[in-house]
Amino acid sequence: MPDCHESYIVNSQSCRPDLLTILNSAAGLNHSLLLSLTANLCRFTAINSAMRVALQTDPTATVFGEDVAFGGVFRCSVGLKEEFGASRVFNTPLSEQGIAGFAIGYAAMGGTAIAEMQFADYIFPAMDQLVNEAAKYRYRSGNEFNCGGLTIRAPCGAVGHGGHYHSQSPEAYFAHTPGLKVVMPRDAREAKGLLLASIRDPDPVIFLEPKALYRTSVEDVPDGDYEVPLGVAQVLRAGADVTVVGWGAQLRVLAEGCDMARARDGISCELIDLRTVLPWDAATVAASVRKTGRLVVSHEAPRTCGFAAEVAADLQERCFLHLQAPVARVCGYDTPFPLVFERHYAPDALKVYEAIKKAVNY
Amino acid sequence: MFRSALTRSSLRACASQMGETGKRAMSSGSITVPFSREYDTHKLPFEMPKEAVTNKEELLGYFKLMYTMRRMEITCDTEYKARAIRGFCHLYDGQEAVAMGVEAAFDQKDSWITSYRCHCISLLRGGTVESIFAELLGYSEGVSHGKGGSMHMYSKKHNFYGGQGIVGAQVPVGVGLSFAAKYATPPGEKTPVAIAMYGDGAANQGQIWEGANMASLWKLPMIFCIENNQYGMGTSKERSSSNNKYYTMGNHIPGVRMDGMNVLMVREGMKAAKEWCSTGNGPIYVESDTYRYHGHSMSDPGTTYRNRDEIASMRTARDPIEYVKNLLVQHNLADPQELKNIEKDIRKEVQDALKAAKNGSIPKFEELYKDIYIGGEDNSKIVYPAYIRMPDRAKSIGSIYERGVSGM
Ligand SMILES: Cc1ncc(C[n+]2csc(CCOP(=O)(O)OP(=O)(O)O)c2C)c(N)n1
Ligand SMILES: [Mg+2]
Repeated sequence: MPDCHESYIVNSQSCRPDLLTILNSAAGLNHSLLLSLTANLCRFTAINSAMRVALQTDPTATVFGEDVAFGGVFRCSVGLKEEFGASRVFNTPLSEQGIAGFAIGYAAMGGTAIAEMQFADYIFPAMDQLVNEAAKYRYRSGNEFNCGGLTIRAPCGAVGHGGHYHSQSPEAYFAHTPGLKVVMPRDAREAKGLLLASIRDPDPVIFLEPKALYRTSVEDVPDGDYEVPLGVAQVLRAGADVTVVGWGAQLRVLAEGCDMARARDGISCELIDLRTVLPWDAATVAASVRKTGRLVVSHEAPRTCGFAAEVAADLQERCFLHLQAPVARVCGYDTPFPLVFERHYAPDALKVYEAIKKAVNY
Repeated sequence: MFRSALTRSSLRACASQMGETGKRAMSSGSITVPFSREYDTHKLPFEMPKEAVTNKEELLGYFKLMYTMRRMEITCDTEYKARAIRGFCHLYDGQEAVAMGVEAAFDQKDSWITSYRCHCISLLRGGTVESIFAELLGYSEGVSHGKGGSMHMYSKKHNFYGGQGIVGAQVPVGVGLSFAAKYATPPGEKTPVAIAMYGDGAANQGQIWEGANMASLWKLPMIFCIENNQYGMGTSKERSSSNNKYYTMGNHIPGVRMDGMNVLMVREGMKAAKEWCSTGNGPIYVESDTYRYHGHSMSDPGTTYRNRDEIASMRTARDPIEYVKNLLVQHNLADPQELKNIEKDIRKEVQDALKAAKNGSIPKFEELYKDIYIGGEDNSKIVYPAYIRMPDRAKSIGSIYERGVSGM
């Protein structure tokens, strides 16, 4: 495969360098660094690698979406059409509802459908198919049919200047839908294993990929076929004073907040990545909260009815007598994703740190 | 008089007169321009014109506005590359004749809604070069007070329902606009029309069919306007659409296709479409065959899925601004030097507007939570939600944070 930068200039059909520019500016990288990063990203990303394994190991697996055969706007499917052919890796028209319904139909006949929504913000035209058709197929047919082979991939989350329609994190909408699974990986290594598990999971999965993750260095991603199980949270750091829970790219922010709390106040945080938002691993979180007595939950999506609300409610039921402080939520505000105030909107490390401190000093 | 300084107000005046002058038959100094290409039609129960009548004043007006659009978009490109403008930004250069032709056939009672590629339509409908730049720069002086950015410009006063970020979403909304226009018009009178513009890629969004059915069922004054610029992002129309005759996509709804690089053809086509819709016949599909010079969005070089020759040949053979300039010169309505001077003035005007826009102010922090719900006439009922605050390093970690904490 040619160098990515080359291929993007010469034959990429749909690269969206504006996105890369945004990622770049969000990361504060300079242009040449961006290009070299891009080159790495394009050669071998976690997502690309997971889809390649899926295509290799499952003859029914297909990959499709807007501009996907050209590599997709985030270059996640680069090279797959060349390797597996145009009947397995193909572009769709600009028709999200159609893509979702089509994928459900293919999955209902036993196929493995890996469909991309170009941005999570564009998943809403497909909402009906996902919520009404995909989620309830098994239930309403009394297990006669299902669309377990369905995986919908969608890039989500803030990138710096994405504005209203290139930044949202819609996990809570889908978490409100029994029948769907919702997964959001925190880094590239996890992304590959979780995506493979999602593709092979016998229920339909909404797989949300934080755009920040596309920046992650590719060397971190192991070769070959491996899965990270769905519905199992991971304790990333053991701690004694407060449990800090998140998912997706927010984990990086949380880690920073925990570092601050340790460095400044000697607070020991137990950091947990939920990994799967639905079904979520309440037991792991509860075990931690019973130990620490405090809980901070954080996500980028707005606060009201965000998934943190569910975690908080559930945990106070499970651990009421262990709690030494109210469960704290550090979330996006209840505003549309703002264009000019993204930095203020973001539940950043500082806000996380404050919440940790407040919980500990309650 | 045509050399008069291109103040913003004179440009605006051009735009608002256009509808008037377009309709008035000019007694003196008018020229007849035959179309070199015919309209393609689909189930259209009337004849399309073969020529347009125009005059110096109109043509100069089109030229000035279209050239302003062109300079504005090119300046956006430069400013984006200089990283003054950030985020998502889609340019309209190449397509100027479509917006210009629509506005020349319409008056501002006709409502207009479009996609994210909305800078130049804003210019025709309430925006100024300066307020558009200010919006792009994220300043409160912008058309949308800095809250919308490139994809979201609006003007209620000018019946411009703006730029939408979700591909295709504007189309059924446009149908609702057309219903409102019909609802408000006394029986027997001509209704204003609504136009929804969308792309060749967007044309296959399902909600468009839903809107079309309603518009036809209820005979709404609705123009479905496909701006066919040949590509939806990197995908050519051949690869995205099983039917490339977009003007036929309304099935039994009549349709017409025109040269979207020819402002007069667009104007005459839109006049006919408006006449059809506003007299109770229901909707129409109008396809403008056009071309975008820039890539899909700012840093798509636009040369990977099409070759440079294609772009160059469009520029030389079909450029919408050159077409108007040639008409003016060929008919001895203006000499090339006069046009050069106008261009020079406009370039300066656009630069000045940019400079002025750069003096804008960053929106106040309250804007983050204002306008989500109604906040009273002046938004004064909006209260500061207690949990919303800026990240404040000093407040959270005190003045010693300068010592540096790992991970910060
Ligand atoms: C529902 C939805 N899906 C995808 C996108 C991403 N997107 C933005 S513009 C675009 C291409 C649209 O092409 P076309 O309709 O031809 O309009 P043009 O950009 O050429 O003016 C795509 C895929 C979106 N904004 N909304
Ligand atoms: Mg197009």
